[in-house]
Amino acid sequence: MAEGIRDRVAIIGMGCTKFGERWDMGPEDLMVEAFSETLEDAGIEKKDIEAAWFGTCYEETNIGKGAVSHSIALKLPFIATTRIDNWCASGSEALRGACYAVAAGAYDICLALGVEKLKDTGYGGLPQNEVQWGTLRRLIDSNYTAPGMFAMLATGYFSQYGIAPDDGKRMLAMVSSKSHRNGALNPKAHLRREVTVEQIMNAPIIAWPLGLFDCCGVSDGAAAAIVTTAELAKKFRPDPVYVKSLQIASSSGQEMLYSDDWTHVESTLHAARRAYVEAGVKVPREEISMAEVHDCFSITEAVTMEDLEFSPRGKVKEDIESGFFELNGTLPVQPDGGLKSFGHPVGASGLRMMYEMYKQLQGKAGPRQISNPRLGLTHNLGGVPSHNVASVIIVGL
Amino acid sequence: MIGITSYGAYVPLLRISRETISAATGWLGSGKLPGEKAVANYDEDSLTMAVAAAVDCLEGTDRGRVNELYFATTTSPYRERQGAGIIATALDLPPDIRTGDFANSTKCGTTALLAAIDSAKAEPGKNVLVSASDRRQGKAGGNQEQSCGDGAASFLVGDGDVIATLQGSYSLSYDFVDYWRTESDTYDRSWEDRWIRDAGYSKFIPEAISGLLKKHSLDINDFAKVIYPCLYPREHAAIGKKLGAEPAQIQDQVFTLVGDTGSAYPLMMFVAALEEAKPGDRILVVSYGNGCDAMFFEVTAAIEKARDRRGISRHLASREELASYEKYAVFRDLLAVDTGRRGEDVSPTQISTLWRERRVVLGLCGSKCKACGTPQYPRQVICANPSCGAVGQMESYRFSDKKGQLLTYTGDALAPTPNPPAVYGVVAFDGGGRYTFDLTDCDLESLRVKMPVEMSFRRKYRDTLRGIHGYCWKATPGRD
Repeated sequence: MAEGIRDRVAIIGMGCTKFGERWDMGPEDLMVEAFSETLEDAGIEKKDIEAAWFGTCYEETNIGKGAVSHSIALKLPFIATTRIDNWCASGSEALRGACYAVAAGAYDICLALGVEKLKDTGYGGLPQNEVQWGTLRRLIDSNYTAPGMFAMLATGYFSQYGIAPDDGKRMLAMVSSKSHRNGALNPKAHLRREVTVEQIMNAPIIAWPLGLFDCCGVSDGAAAAIVTTAELAKKFRPDPVYVKSLQIASSSGQEMLYSDDWTHVESTLHAARRAYVEAGVKVPREEISMAEVHDCFSITEAVTMEDLEFSPRGKVKEDIESGFFELNGTLPVQPDGGLKSFGHPVGASGLRMMYEMYKQLQGKAGPRQISNPRLGLTHNLGGVPSHNVASVIIVGL
Repeated sequence: MIGITSYGAYVPLLRISRETISAATGWLGSGKLPGEKAVANYDEDSLTMAVAAAVDCLEGTDRGRVNELYFATTTSPYRERQGAGIIATALDLPPDIRTGDFANSTKCGTTALLAAIDSAKAEPGKNVLVSASDRRQGKAGGNQEQSCGDGAASFLVGDGDVIATLQGSYSLSYDFVDYWRTESDTYDRSWEDRWIRDAGYSKFIPEAISGLLKKHSLDINDFAKVIYPCLYPREHAAIGKKLGAEPAQIQDQVFTLVGDTGSAYPLMMFVAALEEAKPGDRILVVSYGNGCDAMFFEVTAAIEKARDRRGISRHLASREELASYEKYAVFRDLLAVDTGRRGEDVSPTQISTLWRERRVVLGLCGSKCKACGTPQYPRQVICANPSCGAVGQMESYRFSDKKGQLLTYTGDALAPTPNPPAVYGVVAFDGGGRYTFDLTDCDLESLRVKMPVEMSFRRKYRDTLRGIHGYCWKATPGRD
């Protein structure tokens, strides 16, 4: 029976562009920037790469459909390339493709790269694509946006746990404030400014109850990873980072149509539980050293703490208020600033999260360095609370 | 016995004071009319209001019994694409029915009702639904902007529990060009008001009534109520006086509450009269527009059983003031609004998808699993209940007439809408099924988790580039 890929694949090189409003950079330029850093970090040449996976979500403002435009941008020498779109989890999906190919024994060295050029839409937020859930859904669905769909998670959560709107907003403001603090320490982050809880609570409402600072940065950027087999890894570097588990769960449809309580994200729960089994993690709250989670909105991070079983159900407020997830806390979350502060170029985000875990495990995170991290977790969520794809990846030395 | 078996009406929630309108545009020279008028919300038009009135009318009726549907309006959103066909689909009526649009004159509502009665008489056992609705729009600063209101009325005609029978009618047809609109006009054009009032309105209505009275050897005092639309409040009263009617006999014209609702106007007044009618009452209903239809009804004892309707009185009682003329102007496309680049990204509508999924989109029909009984929207092939998962065991299930609870909600300032913030939420239907729907006729502050909601047929979007009006169902707090 299959046992997963624990300790069979290692990351030997990573790169990540500065995220932000990269007005002067097209998607090709961003890809090359991340790719070059990755090659240099891995100490390999382009010709060593045997297959590549690309994560991009929005064709509307990007490099194009398929993988061909991506391989052309990097001038890859006629190797197999695949483009993956699985919403905001596309970057983690690209990494999964590369890891599984290596684990399967098909290749020795694979590339995963995620890129998104969001700031060519001409407006804030994600592209307004009415048919992104299909032509029928365009005819019946609300004209909703991502902040609105996640705002409903906050409304549902506050109601379920009897949290007054002001108390709930304060709890969420603490989540964002923490990430801004971390992001201010990160030269590659998009939004490098500390923001107080009061500023966050008083910011203009984007989708009630979420205000401006409850929403992540909408950014341009790219990130990449080179993976190889565990056997070969130490030939390339002394400190490869091993994949302990890599799990993805997609919505079944039951959440929206049958059972969703709008207080959590069911697919995260499934991905997390499978990832813990694969990695042999028994008590995540104690065993996971640090995490980069999909804080597209402050409420997403809050409920994710419960779905990842870091906090008991309905109790994340206590952990937020006690500083449990702060950089100097017991389980630092978003040490690089998260989507909130580092920014969110959709297809790149999953690999950007991994970039931070990789650097932290290697002790190269500068002023954000967490002492002696053992296991790092990334959680990358694509879609909206009621229909989505969630990935949970655990890595360690 | 053939006659009216049910009635229903619709008055939009929003009202605008004519004071508000004249304060904004009175400087252009128009006078000031008294009272307020009913205003369709930004997502309402003649079609959606016709559906709302028909839903009111069909309360408690098996919709499978409707054999014909007539839609009367002067403001159909389409010149070619039958309004009655859209309404029939929205009401989830069976396809083997006769549908027709009556149009191009404000008397077309009564003409549709007469045709419905004739049709039902020609083939006893048949049920004919009529829905008259108008959302007329005058140019900013004009008299019509103040006089025209929005609303709809609906009647079911057939045999069975008849509540009012048509005893006689008398019609006039004159090519009296008071208001007109060509195929390329957005707004009505009109001739001088004094001429319309003196040469048309105050002549034709008495002529039609006199004609009917003479034809059937009746006296004006034989009627409990006399109904005719009000184009000019003073002249409306003068006509009654001239005919020798007592003021109490003249049905309240609701001009200062609703306004001139065009083809629906006399029929809405007729609904209001039926709400208070006693068995044996005779009611005279007269329309106006390129002539008149005069109809003489007699109310039966069954009227007492047909009163559980929102009708006119309950719709009138539930109201909300639209205090801003600018908002009204935006809702009515009188002002070009910057929707931002985001608002310009309108995707094409796949008409073939709409056809394939018409019951889902326009009829709000989902599936009910025959294996486990779970209702689900939109229609599914594989049951969404994880402990069932039956494949292909679905039957159609209509959600439009189900009430529900709001599970969660938001007010979205990013989503482009004429009425920001866009409010939407997740509705859990009584009896099962849940989905995300736009909310309308409410503001963010009024929303609460678990509050009761019901569904309302609305216009979801307009693609002006490609000439598409997209319709769907939205959730509303409901009207008392």
